[in-house]
Amino acid sequence: MPDSPHDDPRSAAVAAGTPQAITRDDVAHLAGLARIALSDAELDRLGPELSKIVEAVATVSQALEGREDVEPMSHPTPLRNVFRDDDVRPTLTPEDALAMAPAAEDQRFLVPKILGEE
Amino acid sequence: MTDLISLNAAGLADELASGGTSSAELTRAYLDRIEAYDTTLHAFLHVDAEGALAAAHEVDRKRAGGEELSPLAGVPIAVKDLFCTVGQPTTCGSRILEGWVPPYDATVVSRLRRAGLPILGKTNLDEFAMGSSTEHSAYGPSRNPWDTERTPGGSGGGSAAAVAGRLAPLAIGTDTGGSIRQPGALTATVGVKPTYGGVSRYGIVALASSLDQAGPVTRTVLDAALLHEVIGGHDPMDSTSIDAPVPPVVEAARRGDVSGLRIGVVKELGGEGFQSGVQARFEEAVELLVGAGAKVVEVSCPSFVKALATYYLVLPSEVSSNLARFDAMRYGLRVAPEDVDDPSAEQVMAASRDAGFGDEVKRRIILGTYALSSGYYDAYYGSAQKVRALVARDFEAAFEQADVLVSPTAPTTAFKMGEKLDDPLQMYLQDVATIPGNLAGVPGISVPAGLAEDGLPVGFQLLAPLQADDRLYNAGAALERLLLEKWGGPLTPPEVMA
Amino acid sequence: MTTTATDLVPFDEALERYDPVMGLEVHVELNTATKMFCGCPATFGGAPNTNVCPVCLGLPGALPVVNGKAVESAIRIGLALNCEIAEWCRFARKNYFYPDMPKNFQTSQYDEPIAFNGWTEVEVDGETYRIEIERAHMEEDTGKSSHVGGATGRIHGADYSLLDYNRAGIPLIEIVTRTIEVPGEKAPAVARAYVQQLRDLVLALGVSDARMDQGSLRCDVNLSLKPKGATAYGTRSETKNVNSFRSVERAARYEIGRHAAILDAGEKVVQETRHFHEDTGTTSSGREKSDAEDYRYFPEPDLAPVSPSRMWVEELRGTLPEPPPQRRRRLQAEWGFSDLEMRDTVGAGALELVAQTVSAGAAPQAARKWWLSELARRANEQGVELVELPITPEQVAQIQGLVDAGTVNDKLARQVFDGVLAGEGSPAEVVEARGLAVVSDEGALSEAVDRAIEANPDVAQKIRDGKVAAAGALIGAVMKDMRGQADAGRVRELILGKLS
Repeated sequence: MPDSPHDDPRSAAVAAGTPQAITRDDVAHLAGLARIALSDAELDRLGPELSKIVEAVATVSQALEGREDVEPMSHPTPLRNVFRDDDVRPTLTPEDALAMAPAAEDQRFLVPKILGEE
Repeated sequence: MTDLISLNAAGLADELASGGTSSAELTRAYLDRIEAYDTTLHAFLHVDAEGALAAAHEVDRKRAGGEELSPLAGVPIAVKDLFCTVGQPTTCGSRILEGWVPPYDATVVSRLRRAGLPILGKTNLDEFAMGSSTEHSAYGPSRNPWDTERTPGGSGGGSAAAVAGRLAPLAIGTDTGGSIRQPGALTATVGVKPTYGGVSRYGIVALASSLDQAGPVTRTVLDAALLHEVIGGHDPMDSTSIDAPVPPVVEAARRGDVSGLRIGVVKELGGEGFQSGVQARFEEAVELLVGAGAKVVEVSCPSFVKALATYYLVLPSEVSSNLARFDAMRYGLRVAPEDVDDPSAEQVMAASRDAGFGDEVKRRIILGTYALSSGYYDAYYGSAQKVRALVARDFEAAFEQADVLVSPTAPTTAFKMGEKLDDPLQMYLQDVATIPGNLAGVPGISVPAGLAEDGLPVGFQLLAPLQADDRLYNAGAALERLLLEKWGGPLTPPEVMA
Repeated sequence: MTTTATDLVPFDEALERYDPVMGLEVHVELNTATKMFCGCPATFGGAPNTNVCPVCLGLPGALPVVNGKAVESAIRIGLALNCEIAEWCRFARKNYFYPDMPKNFQTSQYDEPIAFNGWTEVEVDGETYRIEIERAHMEEDTGKSSHVGGATGRIHGADYSLLDYNRAGIPLIEIVTRTIEVPGEKAPAVARAYVQQLRDLVLALGVSDARMDQGSLRCDVNLSLKPKGATAYGTRSETKNVNSFRSVERAARYEIGRHAAILDAGEKVVQETRHFHEDTGTTSSGREKSDAEDYRYFPEPDLAPVSPSRMWVEELRGTLPEPPPQRRRRLQAEWGFSDLEMRDTVGAGALELVAQTVSAGAAPQAARKWWLSELARRANEQGVELVELPITPEQVAQIQGLVDAGTVNDKLARQVFDGVLAGEGSPAEVVEARGLAVVSDEGALSEAVDRAIEANPDVAQKIRDGKVAAAGALIGAVMKDMRGQADAGRVRELILGKLS
């Protein structure tokens, strides 16, 4: 079972109004998660830029002080149980599916060798 | 042809119905104007003359054959380059999708086609709709017809510039934090963000799924209402679309009666930080409405001061996930990393994304990755979703005291190119009045409210409860009529665009 | 692999010092007509990228819509596992990059599964073990990658890969147990029995083909060891690519031995994903799990919450098949099997096969006989599960029917099995083609008996003298003469008749 994202001391620090600055290493780690090969210049620049933004937005949790009752809202509308029937709908043709592929072979998408395990 | 260009869409629809012009003639006229003026304005990323004329001829043929047609049939339209369009590229203003032609139409696009509106082309936007000026477009910014040294706002600056510059009588945009309404304010056009779920998102490239909404960009409130009825309504392909009929927006736009209407001026959306001319035009407009029978009440929505921060947590988080699909494996830009023999898929992904995404997009992806990352969820994304609930509650409470809420649409008039690029936070402030509406999903409209002391357009924003979009059109039409009387005619940009 | 201990500790020895702790994650691929979030056909096989659309290809702008039938199946699976069904739950995005995942996130469920806190009881060697089910949730399958250029067609050493997204988006239900702590020597068998039972349940529900060899039932085996007397749990490994019930048991056994060897050597078990190898019964190191990909889960904003009404849940409860233990007891009584016979049947994974054979008309003991001896032998030889043999319960019943009718005898029946398994056709077709029918022509039989008597005068004389048992040798001779196509009983009668 994956670890819950909640109950973490880092979150508590932010709520207390002391968010940590985002370091170059942090940016590098995040860029790895986001699969973006940032240049050295970008790595240098983004830490301070993002720290500034984070400082501005970290105050969000302060608005919740004393408001234990608030449920998070992920949707403006109270929609529930939006289902479709198990009926087949038209597919794309393989030609259309592959039309914009950077590379293809045998009616499949061709990608460079994958390093990670399946 | 000047006559045709000066008519708004409702007027053009009448001309077409009465036989005063054909869709082909009309479409040709607009294509000519695009050719003449778009090198200056750069509103369009792609123009599809052939497709537009073919569609126009088809409508003319049907009309001649006596077929029943939709009210706006034959009136050409421009579409923000965030909507999937078969046969035309959909770049989202990004290099990563340069030349990408989708194999399917967005539902909104299908509805436009079915209603017989020829699609002139795709309009410019900030890359992946993130920005307030179109300066983040990978293909260069669009220019404001009121002053070509200034931005038309964003992200949908291309659509607004096209309509304001008379390069299209109608346009379609998307609004996630104000991307239809703020350009509307900066260009003296009408921009509407319908109730979240009121218009299908299927086929619109997503940035923040819980905030994005498609809407009309037009010259008049009635035009917007007519277009709203074409594009709105339930779509089974979009699980978040509302299963209810489109509110009676056209009827409301024709009515324009504010007697007894309770207008709530939101304390937190105005005042300090708002340009004096902007604030002044806003207050005058409120007076006009009072003169026509409306009642003013002051309301306070305290959570709104946290709305900007909330938005800049929710949006990047959803963006970081929505933009993960651009990995060079199935479509889009694929580049190999330099100095690497035989690179892996992972390396190609990372190099392509770095090359294909611009700075603002990268900023937001990294920020969003951070906000969702292990250990930070509670403080950032989790908290933001709770403050969002507070914003919604404040709206509900305010709508008990008022039928519509009002504010200036944007804090400033159109700013010069480059003026706000150094500090991202400065740019983000452009959306301070529009963002609360997106967070709560309530519908909003920006109506031209005059010119500020610098001679540049100012927008007046109205907000209504969920699914009460018709209130916007009713009050908006009333204000529009009152202002027209005051000005003696519509506001149009000087010289070139007449 | 960083451990230096390369020898396994023998299973029994390992259990002297350690208690195994297991967790099983089983993925069930649903047999809905369409995918989880779009209307593409969810069929097995087919030319690559022919069952795809903007949604399951993850094209920009595409949006998911939940397949109501998949939700129904998920609830039924949860109920069959005695789970609580959520009053309100959401889908969540599990964010990571992999070319077989078109959106680079998987739409799944995170902290709000549709079913949770359940249990099921399995029987091994006459003992009942209760397995606690932590959760069952809905998610979507990935596309399929084939690797080109490497030696074994596997990912290591490949030059490039080819992606087929036909499978992407097919509905999966993931079922996760709580920790399973049963007596060590039983653990591998209990794990196997659990997976077999899940398969039986899911088949009885009619929601999946549940074929491990086809990937519609997948099992990951998590295992760690606790030194005897210790309270703290050890580091666990996760073994994937377990493609048969037998492999569930083998993988568990192997990992117990491997972990024991590491711990005996005073080293630490690496928390990692391992890959099971069918051919050698061993596991090898995959990706280190301590890297712990940060999945950045958040609720899926493109989908509405799922909140099944209690009325709907009760309606579905009414459609559940009999609980397995109850079913086993009923069938045992109906079939008249002894406890041992029943245990062997269940243990061989043959319960459903026998049941279907009986439904097709065979007597229970006959069905059991064929599946557990003849067919089990062949399955073992080929290293496959019974269910993978190219013969159906209906065909087995037909063969028994031929025996009952006297068309073939037991020995000939085995040749019919040969023919059916070799793909020569139905039982009747095989009998015809190979000329296996028992000769019932009395004249021909009589002549064959006469020939055998003539050729074996001494034996014949013994029989005349009253040594009836000697008839066996003559029967053998006649059978040989008739190439086995005679009814031994009738032959015996004829011999004794002629020599009395």
